[in-house]
Amino acid sequence: MPAAAAPVPAALVLRLSLEQYRVIVAHCLDGLPDEACGMLTGPMVGGEPTGAVGAVHPCRNADASARTYTVEPRDLLRAMRAADAAGHEIVGVWHSHTHTDAYPSPTDVRQAVDPAWIYVLVSLRHGEPALRAYRIRDEVITELGVAVA
Amino acid sequence: MAVTVLLPTLLRAHADGASSVEAEGATVGEVFQGLIARYPGMAANLIGEDGELHRFVNVYRNDDDIRYLERLGTPVSDGDEIAILPAVAGGAG
Repeated sequence: MPAAAAPVPAALVLRLSLEQYRVIVAHCLDGLPDEACGMLTGPMVGGEPTGAVGAVHPCRNADASARTYTVEPRDLLRAMRAADAAGHEIVGVWHSHTHTDAYPSPTDVRQAVDPAWIYVLVSLRHGEPALRAYRIRDEVITELGVAVA
Repeated sequence: MAVTVLLPTLLRAHADGASSVEAEGATVGEVFQGLIARYPGMAANLIGEDGELHRFVNVYRNDDDIRYLERLGTPVSDGDEIAILPAVAGGAG
């Protein structure tokens, strides 16, 4: 039997400002036909994100691919330094799925690097972009709420 | 040489939650040996079974990827920043 996944706080809700939401979606649309990606920085309390996002950092997709993404390490470094300067941490990553739903693929689950992070998926498969957020721990996917205000 | 090592969130738990730590060494490899001696929990995340840099980790000396320098043999100078970055990847597949 697989080890039990660490519990995810049920109340965790990703909270984005309208501006942050627009930056994420615009970066995903700009990246077409390739997948686009970026980092979320914000406060962590006891090693856990609170759901608050201090800043969103559009990054280059080093794969330049419609099927995979790798956050360009220099852009990740820039986001880490900005987070450090603000007393924040990396709290998550977003990327687009251009032709599939906003749900973590087997590739996303296998490569999920940090169980503390919030994984944001933006689907561009339909006319209106769909943004959803998840935790991925021990290959278990848990959907989080998303509030845009 | 005294350098600052910027840690990814995943390694901070091994360093009492610190976002960066000071370390000594003449090369990136020596700096990492010192880190691992202090924080043994980091070993598995930094160095692969082949003794080389773990394939899911990128390391920058200031603004340069050490894979394009001398890898773990890359020399460091006083005041350098060594940043350890996770490889952040995925996709629809």
